[in-house]
Amino acid sequence: MTAGLLLDLLLALAVLGTAAWTLAARSQFAAVIGFVVTGLLLTLVWVRLGAVDVALTEAAIGAGATGVILLYVVARLRGGEAEISAATPSRAQRALAALLALSVGGALAYGVLSLPDPAPSLAEAALAGTAPLGLGNPVSAVLMAHRGLDTLLEAIVLVFAVLAVWSMAADHRWGGRPGPVFQREEHGPLSLLARILPPVGIVIGIYIAWVGADSPGGKFQGGTILAAMWVLPWIAGLVRPPSVTDWRLRLMIAIGPLTFLAVGLAGFVVAEGFLAYPPGFAKPLILLIEAAMTLSVAAALACLIAGPPERRRRA
Amino acid sequence: MTATTPEGWLLVLALTLPAGAMLLAFVAGGRHAQRIALGALALWLVIAFAIALQVQRGGAPLAYLIGGWQPPLGMALRADGLSAAMLLTGAVVLLAVALFGRAPYATPRGAQETRAAYAYWCFLPALAASLAAAFLGGDLFNLFVALEMLTFTALALACLDGKPSQFKSELRYLLFALIGSVLYLLGAGLLYGAHGTLDIALLAGRTRADAPTLVAGALMTAGLIAKMALFPLHLWLPPAHAGAPAAASALLSGLVVKGAFVLLLRLWFWVLPAPVVLNGGTLLAALGAAAILIGSVVALRQERLKLLVAYSTVAQMGYLFLMFPLLAAGDAETASRAWLGGVLQAVSHALAKAAMFLGAGLIAASLGHDRVAALGGAARVMPITVIAFAMGGLSLMGLPPSGGFGAKWLLLRASVETGQWWWSLVILSGGLLTGGYVYRIVAAALAPPAPGCEARPVPRAQELCVLALALASILLGLVPLKDLGLVRVGAP
Repeated sequence: MTAGLLLDLLLALAVLGTAAWTLAARSQFAAVIGFVVTGLLLTLVWVRLGAVDVALTEAAIGAGATGVILLYVVARLRGGEAEISAATPSRAQRALAALLALSVGGALAYGVLSLPDPAPSLAEAALAGTAPLGLGNPVSAVLMAHRGLDTLLEAIVLVFAVLAVWSMAADHRWGGRPGPVFQREEHGPLSLLARILPPVGIVIGIYIAWVGADSPGGKFQGGTILAAMWVLPWIAGLVRPPSVTDWRLRLMIAIGPLTFLAVGLAGFVVAEGFLAYPPGFAKPLILLIEAAMTLSVAAALACLIAGPPERRRRA
Repeated sequence: MTATTPEGWLLVLALTLPAGAMLLAFVAGGRHAQRIALGALALWLVIAFAIALQVQRGGAPLAYLIGGWQPPLGMALRADGLSAAMLLTGAVVLLAVALFGRAPYATPRGAQETRAAYAYWCFLPALAASLAAAFLGGDLFNLFVALEMLTFTALALACLDGKPSQFKSELRYLLFALIGSVLYLLGAGLLYGAHGTLDIALLAGRTRADAPTLVAGALMTAGLIAKMALFPLHLWLPPAHAGAPAAASALLSGLVVKGAFVLLLRLWFWVLPAPVVLNGGTLLAALGAAAILIGSVVALRQERLKLLVAYSTVAQMGYLFLMFPLLAAGDAETASRAWLGGVLQAVSHALAKAAMFLGAGLIAASLGHDRVAALGGAARVMPITVIAFAMGGLSLMGLPPSGGFGAKWLLLRASVETGQWWWSLVILSGGLLTGGYVYRIVAAALAPPAPGCEARPVPRAQELCVLALALASILLGLVPLKDLGLVRVGAP
């Protein structure tokens, strides 16, 4: 008990410490590293709280994918010192932001401390609703059944996001391949890693997505790992993304929400209504949606990391 | 207990049709994207009309339990009069803007897909889906997802021109919008922690003026008014809306900001307990009054037409906040009047402002600039556009007969009846200032052309879209008030 408490205290201090360090960091690169470390420590916090699904998501999306995007931004910002210093907030603005953050933090702390104890919870209802669906992970039951509409709309938001990023391209580059060109590396650690890691990583990604029905894991976490397994050889110059006008790429991004929507609407005919599953068929249908969604999450995240097309379309 | 009503499936259709259309347009691209979007938006209008008809006839809200799961574990879509009226408004404005965009975002047969056209025809159904989620959502977290959908859609639509200069003001918008989303989400989390549900109908009976509810209410309100650009959080709006292409500006100013408005109404009149609304409403209305006066004065001083129209949005959004103290303080009849006035303001502003932004876009395209001082000759080249613009202006001023008149008249009466006469002074002076800036533009457009000024004619089809929206904002004022009972169905 005391050992656990000590660990929690250390973790909390470490999260606060790395967060403060991130804010105080002089260079952008250091700040991003601080951000990623904070995210990884938060992952441990979630594990300590027993929320393994959230921990996996924090590690994959919060620290992993966001960290990669931020590192990429830091690299792209090199040479733009004038613009960066012009856009850097002044001392007064920063003080104002700090004041705002402190007051929000203070209000939140006050609110949280005055929450009823024990807190009202739907955990039991969710647990009771898990087994009838043939699932073992109540988190998946909430995401795919009880609050299926949230997940469906989030899946659609992912398509919005890819399209929004693409639409920031210059007009004459439409139809080109997303992102910059990387020199093909035949030797060196990156090239080696990009060749040997993906086979293993792809298996792990699919596994994490697959076990989501019964254990912590699922489409978002698995899809993120799959996206990373594409980004690595892309940065090593071994693979190139397809053009943004390639319908196969677009279909891959949209197939998850399209499948989800189709299964949901089929519920009108074969089950009790929209997003209801016919008895006995809940798990296979959920697995079908999860499989399509894993593919879409992977493709969408890879596209979000690569960014808008940066070269002209080939004649 | 919520139960699925017989016509509840219409709500699912209103959400899934545009969402599915967006996904199909995204995959198909090119000319197909345009066809899919136009077809879906036309059908969406039919669905919105059917929902409004069902709500009006039945006199009771529609509801649909997703997957048959009962809240609090599951979630419901609901359509009361507010949802139905806003959905119908959204459908009318979106279809008109879509038809307006057929010329500038066309993909000729055999031509390669272009970036702007592809983004435009994908994001129109995307906006429809986002609005449906925001207007029909019955669950605070589901509404958060709707807010996220709206943010992405608004951002992409505003950057449709692909001008780097626009990215800067959109980045500022994104910052405001995301901070707003985070504050909203934190508040929703607190409410769940305190009451064990996110369902609005269930929360309505459970909240008391305790610490978590108050903090949550404050955070969520701050987040939503940042998204609605209420004074003093309005600075992001004018450059973001004025810099976008005309069709996008019309959607941003007419519809996107109304999504957060509906959420704010749900939060204040369903979730928060009555004493909070009574005390906090006056503060919101005071900010609204400041928005009306300051926004109108700043609009009066603008040199550019589109910026002027954008500042007018800041002012007109201010009127929406006047209903808060009036609803809380009055007896049933006065409260009902304030409610109708507020919602009518949202609807008529959406129609009028969309018409005015489209009109401003046509004027700018024809003259090659949008300097207010040099609009001379515009009325000769495009009389329909200038008339439509003036009609939209009349509605904003609150002159009869127009939707804006109905809205402002109801709010005025409610303010007198509740003894809060000071709001009526704000409404009247806001109307005068609005008259000032609308007159400035119309007078300039009616002036003879400056020598050397060459105005190009604009497509008649586009002018007719502007006219249709402006006429709708006027005709709204001719509907007898008793027929607007739709808005009162399920009102707080």
